[in-house]
Amino acid sequence: MDYTNQTLKQLFQQEFSKIVSVISKLYGLQYIETAEDIVSETFLLAAETWGIKGIPENPAAWLYVVAKQKTLYHFRRNKIYEKKVIPELASQKDEENNNSAGPDFSLSNIKDSQLQMMFAVCNPVIASEAQIGLALRILCGFGIDEIAEAFLSNKETINKRLFRAKEKLRNENVKMEMPTEDQLANRIDNVLHVIYLLFNEGYYSRTQNQILQKDFCLEALRLGLLLTENDKTNLPKTNALIALMCFHASRFNARQTKENLLILYEQQNRDLWDKDLIKQGIHYLNLSAHGNELSTYHLEARIASWHCINEDSYTANLTGREKWDDILQLYDKLIKINYSPSVLLNRIYALYRVKGEQSALSEAEKLNFENNHFYFLLLGELYKNIDSVKARINFQKAYSLAKTELEREDIMVKIDKLG
Amino acid sequence: MKEFALLFRQPSYDYSNISPNEMQALVKKWQDWVDGIEKQGKLVNKGPRLANEGKVLKSGGVITDGPFVEIREILGSLIVVNADDLEEATTLAHGCPAIDQGGSVEIRPVFG
Repeated sequence: MDYTNQTLKQLFQQEFSKIVSVISKLYGLQYIETAEDIVSETFLLAAETWGIKGIPENPAAWLYVVAKQKTLYHFRRNKIYEKKVIPELASQKDEENNNSAGPDFSLSNIKDSQLQMMFAVCNPVIASEAQIGLALRILCGFGIDEIAEAFLSNKETINKRLFRAKEKLRNENVKMEMPTEDQLANRIDNVLHVIYLLFNEGYYSRTQNQILQKDFCLEALRLGLLLTENDKTNLPKTNALIALMCFHASRFNARQTKENLLILYEQQNRDLWDKDLIKQGIHYLNLSAHGNELSTYHLEARIASWHCINEDSYTANLTGREKWDDILQLYDKLIKINYSPSVLLNRIYALYRVKGEQSALSEAEKLNFENNHFYFLLLGELYKNIDSVKARINFQKAYSLAKTELEREDIMVKIDKLG
Repeated sequence: MKEFALLFRQPSYDYSNISPNEMQALVKKWQDWVDGIEKQGKLVNKGPRLANEGKVLKSGGVITDGPFVEIREILGSLIVVNADDLEEATTLAHGCPAIDQGGSVEIRPVFG
């Protein structure tokens, strides 16, 4: 097997999460840091051994064997195993926990452990920003430096944040287990939300590192797919979230130049949209269309699906008019379950496309988002064809509030076009 | 030509912050280092790899879980190289990734 450097990185990343989950499931979340150390030591030995001897036929199996030995050795040496773990497990009388054999790296146990780890990490007791950090580390195997880069922060801050999150897991006595049937409905929302945030972190990332952005999105997608492998978590809204992520991810290659600049939707080369991901999105959107819960993911996925249709391919029955009519209706529903400034602004834009400037303006003027550059951008856009003075004032406000150089450049172009 | 064993020791510090990226780079470093020696035709054998766990038997029948908990470096593994003298063998040891990690390489002549 030819392991290029890129796949080796992926291997380390994916196996990190699997091994940490399996060890933590066996011994408990209070040993999550021990599990991380064991994995790191295993990887270190792998780096040395594989570098000298070559990469083994089945690298994952190699890692499991070494991790298992290290785990057993660690717990025996520290006598934690005999003094604490065994009595505790014996009192639980849980026959499934046949732990003297050490961690079980069978495919099914890896999957169960990862799923339980998802519920543990996405536990509402942990603060939301720490949750994403912990998910990136424990569920996706990213390094502290990468997480720090994504949050435009430094290693110390991220380490502290993760430390507090793990401490919280211990203090709150969070267990590695599937939520009960009646808890599941609430808990799954939290898991989906963290995956959604993880995806956003990649898609609207603060970092300039393109590879990292894409990795975050792919990892979020992978976690979503993991949920579909279990009947309890393979819900319509899970599929809706996956559809949403596929649709957005399909534009990845089209929205960035080689120089790392973002290309806004209107200027994207549609040929670069990933057709396979769009197909996948449609597939999962279809799977999401049952049951009686209409989640925000359903609505957002439907809206995103409209944006994946190339305007040139509209047939006689499918016109731009229908697109915006439907999008407006979807935003009307979305606003009822997820009221936020960005949903409000997007809805007004849809209203403008359906009913024209005046109706949109009368709604936009009612709002007052003083510090939101998207708001002024929208106002500028709405005034563009009817009052160039007002349009200019609003674009200028948007310019002064814009967060990135690209946005400023784009607004400058709009101002220039006003003449 | 004589044979020399290069024994590398890794520092036993906390590796938990090493990212998959760095791990991947580390594999490459070890590869490059050993390849470099091999290309010069100086590599005799790649030696056995030692696990970090084990026991130590001391005089008086005292068995401990190894010295690696007391000293700062863990004996990793070894390779055997060909060189004219100790100086040349030491030159070959340069670039061993264990050194970048804050570890060390010990160069010892091997007798028939």
